[in-house]
Amino acid sequence: MDLALTPAPRGTVLAALGAVRPPLSVVAEAECLAAFETDAYIQVRETPLAAVLPESEAEVIALVRALAPIGVPVVTRGAGTGISGGAIPHADGVLAVLTRLRAIVRIDAAARLAVVEPGVPNAQVSEAARPAGLHFAPDPSSQVVSTIGGNIAENAGGVHCLKYGLTVHNVVALRAIDGEGELLEIGGEALDAPGYDLLAVVTGSEGNLGLITRATLRLLPRPEATETVLAAFDTVKAGAEAVGAIIGAGLVPAALEMMDRVVIDACERYMALGLPKAEALLLVEVDGGREEANEALGQVEALLAASGATEVRVAKDEDERAKLWKSRKGAFAALASVLPDYYTMDGTIPRRALPEVLDAVYALGREYGLTIGNVFHAGDGNMHPCIFYDATKPGEFERSEELGGRILELCIDHGGTITGEHGVGIEKLEAMCLQFRAGEIAAFHDVKRAFDPTGILNPGKAVPALKRCAEWGGMHVRAGRVPRPDIPRF
Amino acid sequence: MSDFIAQTAERVREHAARKSPLRIRGGGTKDFLGASGAGEPLEVSSYTGIVAYEPRELVLTVRAGTRLADIERALAAEGQMLPFEPPRFGEAATIGGTVACNLSGPRRPFAGAARDFVLGARIVNGKGEDLSFGGRVIKNVAGYDVSRLMAGAFGTLGVLTELSFKVLPRPPAEATLAFEMDEAAMIEAVNRWAGQPLPLSATAWESGVLRVRLSGAASAVAAARAKLGGADVPDGGTYWLSLREQALPFFEGDAPLWRLSVAQTAGPLGLTMPQLVEWGGGQRWLRGDAELGPMRDAAQKARGHATRFRGGDRAGGVFHPLAPAIAKIHRRLKEAFDPAGVLNPGRMDNF
Repeated sequence: MDLALTPAPRGTVLAALGAVRPPLSVVAEAECLAAFETDAYIQVRETPLAAVLPESEAEVIALVRALAPIGVPVVTRGAGTGISGGAIPHADGVLAVLTRLRAIVRIDAAARLAVVEPGVPNAQVSEAARPAGLHFAPDPSSQVVSTIGGNIAENAGGVHCLKYGLTVHNVVALRAIDGEGELLEIGGEALDAPGYDLLAVVTGSEGNLGLITRATLRLLPRPEATETVLAAFDTVKAGAEAVGAIIGAGLVPAALEMMDRVVIDACERYMALGLPKAEALLLVEVDGGREEANEALGQVEALLAASGATEVRVAKDEDERAKLWKSRKGAFAALASVLPDYYTMDGTIPRRALPEVLDAVYALGREYGLTIGNVFHAGDGNMHPCIFYDATKPGEFERSEELGGRILELCIDHGGTITGEHGVGIEKLEAMCLQFRAGEIAAFHDVKRAFDPTGILNPGKAVPALKRCAEWGGMHVRAGRVPRPDIPRF
Repeated sequence: MSDFIAQTAERVREHAARKSPLRIRGGGTKDFLGASGAGEPLEVSSYTGIVAYEPRELVLTVRAGTRLADIERALAAEGQMLPFEPPRFGEAATIGGTVACNLSGPRRPFAGAARDFVLGARIVNGKGEDLSFGGRVIKNVAGYDVSRLMAGAFGTLGVLTELSFKVLPRPPAEATLAFEMDEAAMIEAVNRWAGQPLPLSATAWESGVLRVRLSGAASAVAAARAKLGGADVPDGGTYWLSLREQALPFFEGDAPLWRLSVAQTAGPLGLTMPQLVEWGGGQRWLRGDAELGPMRDAAQKARGHATRFRGGDRAGGVFHPLAPAIAKIHRRLKEAFDPAGVLNPGRMDNF
């Protein structure tokens, strides 16, 4: 069940914030709040009563302690790049914007750890660790902008998860403020901590269990060598089978990315990269020591040829590697050139089901009269079908949403999940009801209550109320305008 | 629902109704581990078998009573493995018990712990409900990560019935090197090497000798060997297996065994007890009678925690005490998953 909060009057909330000493940095003017009314799930907008920009952990604690007694919702926000709506404000609540907590506290090269505040952008961690020959492995494509706090809240993935894991595998300790304003020190520098694995539960909890104020991240050695290969296939099925053959041969590539004809054509039109004519392109990256990468590259080339690749290109240097990646990383912007609006799904399926699910996805597209392009993290079965629509045509958006729901059902039917890395937010609340039964949903609410008994932290996100399933939604690109087009996505 | 799960759920409901504790038991190989739990035995080792295994998906789903030996045989037949290299402590060891204790072997610092490879868990909670969390795919962020919460919960939040894992290919080549060095030099060396792109897969130091295992492509192992130097250990495989199973001479006898899980870079603990250090400095085993207090102090100074792993007085506390705020969350989770307090009560000291 959901905890129902009784809205506190705006004046009461502002008075509570204003009473905090030393004073908090509070934004309450409507025109200033407009900047925070949505994240990258732009079709929902909400204005909070106020936004607070804490400058220290102590201020985060003071903020929660001021609001908890009067039951005021607290929504946490980093850079606002999330595409499932997890950081959309609550109309009766306060938005905690943690971007001012942006210190890299220390890089401990010997221990391969980075201690950072939540507002540090993901890419800055690897930059800071670079002189020590280390890097932070999770690399969501928003990494130049998206913050570590947000990455942890969403358990962000990226294109290198198959080999290097998700955020949850690369965080060793957290400081978080729970729903009662109490500081939780979770995990530690040792390889495990006594008691229950709260680190796992808080990672990916979408701001529902605590406000992260500091994180200790595991840094890995930068690979000595990286090799990148692009292979073309006549069918998506052949591409999927090549992925199976590579993994079946005992290789774990750093990246395995695939895109279908619709996406290839869009990239070609948009960027004129001279991509091979193909139904599917597969990007394979292997890394490690010099010898290891060479050996793996030889194996990959042989396996691709044996799997019927019609063309194989190997990057000879960094420039060529960047060029091969350009199609994949620029796919998002390229897709916006197909039709004004589109909607990205994030289902994950067992990879063996890929050809079958894909056929079903294309068939659904025909049934709904909508074009669908597909990009996949092929190594781990995470698919990002993009449904194109034109929001100016009556009913087309609704049709795209319905179609998206059907695709998520397909994923669940094939033993998969509704979200591999984008999170539930508000977007997939109803789909959560398809994936889980009442018992599991109730257990999620129990977990939340353990951290946040009065339910003030990001209420109404991530886990649906048992009695309520929200509407379908997705990542929408309105009239060709991509939110933050400078950030590559997926 | 399978008969086993239905019967387990019924049994838990019945015990919950009369607040009568259950002691969950698989192969019984970890009876020594954790605080002694009370209650009637709930045998779970009969629920066995691989539910799904697709080598090319790198995903395995098994019933929790399945023996580790059987799982590892099936994986080995496909050239794969459980990357966390779990110890068995007896042939009857089950995968359920392994996850419940979050037990990982020598590969842990370089590959990850049991919890890192858990993708999904089906459990019967303390209310007798059959619940499934996570899934059978590598990437999944739907719902809170209750599956991983089960790893290391010693059955106190739910009876594990089915588990899904990410598995990985076995490395094609392996080599073991030995170096003579003192403790401080060893700690510095293993951490320095861990920061380089070397195919390290295990380290262990005792009596002035550091052993290092390399695993990976043959060319990578050969290159690392040339780079690191040291003496070749011809039968390294036997050593690591004996270490994993605590069958080395260090582990012989009845003297209490302490496990100090500390920061990998923490300097020598300075305790005058026999010591074996593995996990790149992160796991330090100590033998002998000692008071809880000083052991906990030593662990805490090294930014870690102490556990009475085997033997000694288990009534006075086995695990490191939790900070009050963390203990508060634990109490509430226990209360939510097992309101009648019937699942392995006391096995984790207070939970």
